[in-house]
Amino acid sequence: MKSFIAFWNILVKDMKNYYLKPPNISWGIIFPFSWMLMLFIKTKNTFDISEVFPGIVAISILFGTTSMLAVTITFERKSRSFERLLLAPIKIELLIFAKITGAILFGIFNSIIPILISVLYFKATVKDWILLTIGIILLSVISTLLGLFISVTAKEVFEAQTYSNFYRFPMIFLCGLFTPIETLPFFIKPLSYILPVTYGVDVLRYSINGGNNLPLLLDMIILVAFCIFLFYISIFNIKRKWIL
Amino acid sequence: MEKIIEVVNLTKNYGQFTAVNNISFYVNKGEIFGLLGPNGAGKTTTINMLVGLVKITDGKIFYKGEDLTKNIKKAQKFIGVVPDESNLYEEMTGYENLCFCGSLYGLPKKLREKRALELLEAFGLSEVANKKFKAYSKGMKRKLTIAASIVHESDILFMDEPTTGIDVASARQIRTLIKDLHKKGTTIFLTTHYIEEAERLCDRVAFINKGKISKIDTVPNLIEQTMESNIIEVSFEETPLEKTSDLLNKLNQQFNDIECFIKNHTTIKIISNIKINISPIINFISNEGFFILEAKLIKPTLEDAFVKITGIEIDMMKKEKEKK
Repeated sequence: MKSFIAFWNILVKDMKNYYLKPPNISWGIIFPFSWMLMLFIKTKNTFDISEVFPGIVAISILFGTTSMLAVTITFERKSRSFERLLLAPIKIELLIFAKITGAILFGIFNSIIPILISVLYFKATVKDWILLTIGIILLSVISTLLGLFISVTAKEVFEAQTYSNFYRFPMIFLCGLFTPIETLPFFIKPLSYILPVTYGVDVLRYSINGGNNLPLLLDMIILVAFCIFLFYISIFNIKRKWIL
Repeated sequence: MEKIIEVVNLTKNYGQFTAVNNISFYVNKGEIFGLLGPNGAGKTTTINMLVGLVKITDGKIFYKGEDLTKNIKKAQKFIGVVPDESNLYEEMTGYENLCFCGSLYGLPKKLREKRALELLEAFGLSEVANKKFKAYSKGMKRKLTIAASIVHESDILFMDEPTTGIDVASARQIRTLIKDLHKKGTTIFLTTHYIEEAERLCDRVAFINKGKISKIDTVPNLIEQTMESNIIEVSFEETPLEKTSDLLNKLNQQFNDIECFIKNHTTIKIISNIKINISPIINFISNEGFFILEAKLIKPTLEDAFVKITGIEIDMMKKEKEKK
C-alpha cells in the first residue's frame, strides 16, 4: 500500500507538473494535425487516409513520449529533485515505472487526436479497435522506454533532445511509418528489423487496414521482449551511472 | 548509549582517486554529530554513502545495530536528508512539496496533509505555504527542505552544510530548528565548514581531511587538548594575503618553539606548548613592516583544536568554500 501511495503520487505530480501543462497539450494537438495537413496537401488527389493513419499515430506517440520523458528526467536530475525520489524507501524499479507511466499516458493521449481526425473527418475505418488500442499502448511503452534509455545517458536537457533526434528522425523512414519497409534498399532492411518501433507500426497497420508485414503474434512477442529488455537495461544503467 | 549509526572501514574510490579512505565512527542515538573538514575532504561523499546516493567501495554501515550496507533502502524509511542545495520542486507550492514528500514515504493523504500543516507552522512558513517554491528566499527554501526531510518523522537527519549560502538571520533560525529537533530526540548528522557552528551545535565532532578522519571526540575534549597550548592572536592593519603568508613562513623559520597560522589576512595565530615571549615576535613582525594593532592571549576554541590537529588554515578553508 505504501509503495502504491508513492507510485500514484509520483505519477500525479508528473502529470500536473509536466504533461498537463498547456504547451504540451497544444503539442499533442498541433503535431499530429500538422503532419496530417502536410500529407493531405502533398497528396491531395491520391490521399489515402488508411495508408497514412498508422504512420501519423506512430509518429505522434514516438515524438511525444521520447521528448517528454528524456526532458523531464534530465531536468529533474539537473535540478537535483530526482535525488529526492532516489532517497525515498521505494524500489528503483517502482520509481522508474511511476516516471514512465506518465509518459506512456501522454503517448496514448497523443494518439487520440490523429484517430479522431481520421475517423471523424476522413471517415477512416478501423479493422480491429481492440488491437489498435493494444498497439497504441505497446508503441507508447516502447517509445517511452527508448526515451528513458536516452535520458539515462544525457546529463543536460539539450543533450537529451539531441540524442532523441538522432534516432527519432531516422526511425520515421526506417520503421515503415510512411515508407513501406519492402521499398527500402536491401542493406537498410536489417536495420529496420532491429528497431522496435517497426513492430509497433506493424501492429497499428494490421489493426487499421490489415497491411502488416509480419505475423501479429511475432510483433507482440518482439515488442514485449524489447520492453522488458529496455526497462531492465535502463534500470541497470541508472544504478550504475546515477548511484555512483 | 545506543549506537544508531556505525560505520566500519568505509572507503570510496573513484577510479584511482580515493574520496573516503577507510573511515570508522559511530553516532549515538539522540546526539548531534558533526563532520568537519575543508572542501573536498570527503564529507558529502560520506553522507551520500550513508544515505544510499553513492555506492560504497568497501566497508560496512550499520543502522540500529543492523548491517544495512547492501540494503540502504531499509534505512531510508527512518532517515531524512537535507542536501547542500535545496532539491524540492520549483513549480510546486511549499504545502504541495511537503505533501508530496510525505507520499514518498507512504503516508496516507490525511496524515501527510496534517503533517505538512504542522511543519509549515513550526518552521514559520504558514504564510507562504501556497506560494511556489521558486518564489521562496534561500533561507525559506532551506527551512522547507529541512521540513520535507522530517515529514515522515525520521529518527536520523543528515544535513549537508545546512547554513551555507543563506543570510545570517535565516542561519540563526535554522540553528534553532536543529536544536529543537535535537531536543525532540532526533539524531542529527551534520557536515559544516563553519567551525563555530559545529562548536555551538555538536555533541561530538569528527575532523576529516583528504578522506581520512584525524580525530573524533566531544567538543569540550577536543578543546581541552589545545588548552595546554598558549595561543596568541596578533592583528595588524589591512595587508595582502601573500604578504601575511610570507610573514608566516619567516616566523616559523625564525622561532623554533612556535607554530603560526593565518586566521585571516589581518590576523595570525601563534601557538606554542611553552610560554610565549611575545616581545621578540612583535618586534620581528613590526620590522617586517606590519602595523600591529593588537596582540592578545586567547582562550582555545574548537577552531584552535581543528588547526592544531589537522594543520589546515581556517582562512584557506573559508576561501575554498567561497570559491565553490
